Amino acid sequence: MRYLTEFRDGEVAQRMAREIGQVVTRPWKIMEVCGGQTHSIIKNGIDQMLPESVEMVHGPGCPVCVTPLELIDKALAIAAEPGVIFCSFGDTLRVPGTEADLFQVKGRGGDVRVVYSPLDAVEIAVKNPGRQVVFFGVGFETTAPANAMSVHVAKRRGLKNFSVLVSHVLVPPAIEAIMSAPENQVQAFLAAGHVCSVMGYWEYPPLADQFGIPIVVTGFEPLDLLEGIRRAVLQLERGEHRVENAYERIVTYAGNLEAQKLLAEVFEVTDRAWRGIGVIPRSGWRLSDAYRAFDAEERFAISGIRTVESPLCRAGDVLRGAIKPAECAAFGKVCTPRHPLGATMVSSEGACAAYFNYGRFLSAEQLAGAGVAHG
Amino acid sequence: MGDRTSGAKAPTTFAALDVRAKALTYLHDAPASVRAEALTSPIDASGSASAGAWSEPSNSSTPDFSSWSCPLPLADYPAIVMGHGGGGKLGNELVEHLFLPAFRNAALENLGDAAVLDLRAGRIAMSTDSFVVQPLFFPGGSIGALAVNGTVNDLAVTGAVPKFLTAGFILEEGFPLEQLAAIVEEMAGAARTAGVEIVTGDTKVVERGHGDGCYINTAGVGVLREGIVVGPHRAQAGDAILVSGTIGDHGMAIMSVREGLEFESEIRSDCAALNGLIAAVLEAQGGAIHAMRDPTRGGLASTLNEIAQASNVGMLIDERSLPVRSEVQSACELLGLDPVYVANEGKVVFFVAAEAADEVLAILRTHALGREAARIGTVTGEHKGMLVARTAMGANRVISIPVGEQLPRIC
Repeated sequence: MRYLTEFRDGEVAQRMAREIGQVVTRPWKIMEVCGGQTHSIIKNGIDQMLPESVEMVHGPGCPVCVTPLELIDKALAIAAEPGVIFCSFGDTLRVPGTEADLFQVKGRGGDVRVVYSPLDAVEIAVKNPGRQVVFFGVGFETTAPANAMSVHVAKRRGLKNFSVLVSHVLVPPAIEAIMSAPENQVQAFLAAGHVCSVMGYWEYPPLADQFGIPIVVTGFEPLDLLEGIRRAVLQLERGEHRVENAYERIVTYAGNLEAQKLLAEVFEVTDRAWRGIGVIPRSGWRLSDAYRAFDAEERFAISGIRTVESPLCRAGDVLRGAIKPAECAAFGKVCTPRHPLGATMVSSEGACAAYFNYGRFLSAEQLAGAGVAHG
Repeated sequence: MGDRTSGAKAPTTFAALDVRAKALTYLHDAPASVRAEALTSPIDASGSASAGAWSEPSNSSTPDFSSWSCPLPLADYPAIVMGHGGGGKLGNELVEHLFLPAFRNAALENLGDAAVLDLRAGRIAMSTDSFVVQPLFFPGGSIGALAVNGTVNDLAVTGAVPKFLTAGFILEEGFPLEQLAAIVEEMAGAARTAGVEIVTGDTKVVERGHGDGCYINTAGVGVLREGIVVGPHRAQAGDAILVSGTIGDHGMAIMSVREGLEFESEIRSDCAALNGLIAAVLEAQGGAIHAMRDPTRGGLASTLNEIAQASNVGMLIDERSLPVRSEVQSACELLGLDPVYVANEGKVVFFVAAEAADEVLAILRTHALGREAARIGTVTGEHKGMLVARTAMGANRVISIPVGEQLPRIC
């Protein structure tokens, strides 16, 4: 496959890892922000290829994982309403709410549908004028343009039966929150390539300056990641703190201006609660006044939600990079993909899921228990 | 068919159904847009032999059955009604005018309460499977072809020669008879290709809204070969692991039509009967084959994990050696899926004594269904019960059995 196979060349990867080993003189902690990068690192064994002194710390970039439990519970309540068609991307279906997940709501008769684009949900609304269609608009800046477009199209077409349950979060405020935390040990960031394909990377130089940290825009294939790490290590060794773009085939400094224009029209910045982390000021988007009528939280009066987080789950510590998944006492024991305590164990971008699914961090007994046949 | 019906023999013509089979072949080759339209509209059953007949779906609520073996009284009902599942005339008509002409064989024609079979065998293998796939027709196959091939393959990987199948239909009220006829003809064609007979069956009708159009259950009987000893618990450390062709084709073909995703190139299901391919291998190298399995739901990863656990051995595969079509790989990348977990319906994995691996591979590659066969790994005495893959980066990762279906990721 063009643009993929070339970036998965094992021999080149080994050479790049050796180069990193040659320049490194001290221990460094580098955080990859995006959960897609975490999965690629663990799946491909890039953490094993790096010199011991370069430690990858996994960041909060799993949108499903940082979505507050209260909003998951709201989604479950709306999905269970009679007459509602609840549309979602696939990987939110298994995320545990306080009492159930979307799969269970579907099993009890809720009309829950997996879509590949929020625009598909708009089409479902057009075809079902007698029913309320709700799209669960979770995500970082990456998925925001498509979500914004769905609301934009729904408004243009005058749809009264389409709404979005919005929980958008933003990367730069998250980096700021992580760097400001007293226990922080992160010394450099790999910025998420997909987010930057939309937003560009003009937001990052002030962060690099303020905290004195290298930030390298990085892709997702093994060679992309190694190149991002190599550049971050070079800057750290030289005492530099610049923003670099190591994902030039996709990302430009300005980003996708058309998308940014649409986002500015449809969304406005708001404070957001991040699951496991807490409220981060000005760290998310909600629908702007002009589009507020399409906000599912306004349309459905859901009250009386009482959320209960598992006391054993340390997803928040994992999301902040304070611990690795395998350091959680529940990991692979009471918390597995089949019986998850937190979203990080089931989301396709969750760090706990990466550690569990690729198996290197489990004992033989845990692995044997993990083999759950499914018919 | 299991109903007590009159013994009247239906006329022995396949003409109308053959035309339909041709139309379906065209349907599979048609562009996605045409196919989608044709599959959501009733298939034209005019019986016209012109190649274009299928492309202009009839909107008439009463299709033209004039070229069927017996145009009346099926034509009275263009769709399934509750009565088709009762013990009365309507049910009998389905048997006489549809199932019997399509599946015709001596055991079926008796229309007794049970088929009487002469197996002349010591040991037989038996298997059953139910088919609920949506959509009912997809690029490269249909629920009808799947229902036959699925059971044939389950028998074949047990080392048996598949002989006879049963066919149970659960139909939803309102299901178009034309579609049922098309499904039945696909079953008949698949049975002919596989060399098996459909010897007894049953039809039930459920009220509208209680089914998904058409569900099929098939059970099958096969005769075990003398001197062939295979089983999921017989894989041994040192065995070579061979797969008969590319993985993930069926699952991605279904996903590409079910989810309305439009890929640049069409992905076709690999739905096929494997008994011929397996026979070729067993006849030449039967003693060297320790275990076989068709990696259907859960894909190659589930099959290798299952055999690893059943045989108490480890599996070590090389990710780079897995045969995956580039369009399947691309579709998987797009959706965040891993082809090792995606279903196949025309592939078999062999666990072969190492010294015979090259010859078995050569035999596979000379067969039409095994051209892209590959050696993908080795059975080992280490990490028992587990599947470990060596990545292109040279690292190892464990591939476990997924909890449920793979879900497309968010971004």
